[in-house]
Amino acid sequence: MSLIEVNNLGVQFKTQDGLVYAVNGINFALERGQTLGIVGESGSGKSQSVLAMMGLLAGNGKATGQALYKGQDLLAMKPAELNKIRGNRVAMIFQDPMTSLNPYLTVERQMTEVLQFHKGFDRKSARARSVQLLDAVKIPEAARRITMYPHEFSGGMRQRVMIAMALLCEPEVLIADEPTTALDVTVQAQIIALLRDLQRDFGTAIIMITHDLGVVAGLCDEVMVLYGGRVMEQGSADSIFYGASHPYTVGLLGAIPRLDAGDEALVAIPGSPPNMARLPEGCPFSERCTLASAQCRDVMPALLPAAHNPAVLRACHKSVEAVSELAAKGAIHA
Amino acid sequence: MRDASQPILSVRDLKVHFKVKSGAWPWSPARTLKAVDGVSFDIHAGETLGVVGESGCGKSTLARAVLNLIPATAGSIAWMGQEMTGASSQAWQTARADIQMIFQDPLASLDPRMPIAQIIAEPLRTHRPGMPEAEVMQRVKAMMGRVGLMPQQINRYPHEFSGGQCQRIGIARALILEPKLIICDEPVSALDVSIQAQIINLLKALQKSMGLALIFIAHDLAVVKHISDRILVMYLGHEMEVAKKKALYAAPRHPYTQALLSAIPIPDPALERKKVIQLLQGDLPSPMSPPSGCVFRTRCPRAITRCAEEVPELRRLDDQTEAACLLA
Repeated sequence: MSLIEVNNLGVQFKTQDGLVYAVNGINFALERGQTLGIVGESGSGKSQSVLAMMGLLAGNGKATGQALYKGQDLLAMKPAELNKIRGNRVAMIFQDPMTSLNPYLTVERQMTEVLQFHKGFDRKSARARSVQLLDAVKIPEAARRITMYPHEFSGGMRQRVMIAMALLCEPEVLIADEPTTALDVTVQAQIIALLRDLQRDFGTAIIMITHDLGVVAGLCDEVMVLYGGRVMEQGSADSIFYGASHPYTVGLLGAIPRLDAGDEALVAIPGSPPNMARLPEGCPFSERCTLASAQCRDVMPALLPAAHNPAVLRACHKSVEAVSELAAKGAIHA
Repeated sequence: MRDASQPILSVRDLKVHFKVKSGAWPWSPARTLKAVDGVSFDIHAGETLGVVGESGCGKSTLARAVLNLIPATAGSIAWMGQEMTGASSQAWQTARADIQMIFQDPLASLDPRMPIAQIIAEPLRTHRPGMPEAEVMQRVKAMMGRVGLMPQQINRYPHEFSGGQCQRIGIARALILEPKLIICDEPVSALDVSIQAQIINLLKALQKSMGLALIFIAHDLAVVKHISDRILVMYLGHEMEVAKKKALYAAPRHPYTQALLSAIPIPDPALERKKVIQLLQGDLPSPMSPPSGCVFRTRCPRAITRCAEEVPELRRLDDQTEAACLLA
């Protein structure tokens, strides 16, 4: 039994524009010590899929499918049962440390609360444990700084507080929703090094949500590429980076400015991200895809094992050869 | 006629200091925040200078001071050989027809109550008040075409556009006067990767066809690499290194530039997993109380005692690079 197993997860929102299908048919499994990267641009449904797993969707949202934690379905649980798992066995780090900490409470109060609730610690031992964890995430003078309010910390420090808070109960699964997007590169490097160390020491499984393929490359074993609420390609990090077989993945890799390449023009993806309320009938990427044909626009391609490597799942009508030709033409680093 | 080899913009020892209330009481003495503290650079026609640094290093303040949107405390700004510090607002008005700006947040920098035709035409109405309406509209339409907007979108409002398209509107507004210099303040930071590439390619193409000079501000050395000729690295209001692009990426001389470069994740699993990152310790110190000597010494992996005592001057190391480090 996998630690986390997600089957056919979907998220729908009731809006004035009608029912919006934000996430459709996501499947993955995660074992102890593994890292899954979920990559996509804004509106691709990457955040909504994990918020659904944690029971944190907005009021007009509804999750379908299954999200099993050790065989128990998180989506079917009552809030009281779910509260025993989330924050405890499955914890989450949010993107914006500024808005996800309570500005009215000291860091101490926010951290000890978690241990008192989940583990029944008394205030004193909860405080000692919290200081220990702030130390572990390399916050200097943790014993003094724990009495401060969130606004007294810098952005990078606040993100460390968030990570320390998520790790209080030694969760088996850590969900990180763009944990470094709001941070400077040097601080981002510190936070990623920290996550890597924690995973090595505690064997935590990590779900890493990001739009930065560079972050994924250094941290993730498995990668899932989302676009318009659907999985475009899913496989090991090596197979995605060295043999991308979906036009969108190829496009994303070509569009990143890289330090290790020449300064030839970047290969941009034409057009703009899709309007989720008005997706095309067929492949959501067909509007921007240079290979798209009438079939792509009308018929949704199924997510199937690729011909060249059955471990890779791809949702594309075009052959792997046609896509790798595109990759070669765009002078994309293979 | 000016000599073409002269820089169009020449900034010398520019300082921007802010008075900040320090204590809780109205009578607490004000303290000085040195946002930009002694920055010098030249820009030649058609050239791109990349300005890189982390948040709080003063790069946006620098951009605004060059346009006199924030008055400079000391130093000199010379535009086309003419000294602009202390110049009349009339003189600035004339200069600003040739120096335009593109802002970071594409939606926030457009007036939500104006249709885009009016947004793009506004610089023309300000700087060329006598221009007939028909010509204004004709120029607006031509410019929309050049930045990749459809002419039939001319009467729409900003909220009807995506982030990337809003940035194109901002670019059209900056280009409509055919300026000589555009200051781009993090123009792609708020955009998705696939859109980022579109905007960078567009700016590069427009620069080539119109002979524009650009000051391109970013917090990411990878983005700057694709567009710049020379790069200026800032830290806490000071210049750390100024170098030609090739030299900076091949052999960065300042420890801060080295750390910035090694911190950027490479989208290649094999390289990224075995890469040795030179991790900086801690955070940016408060600009209210910067460290003595070299401002970078508190996070510098190579700092020695001399670094706390001496302020390193920006000095020329070779024909490609200038750096402000005692050890470089």
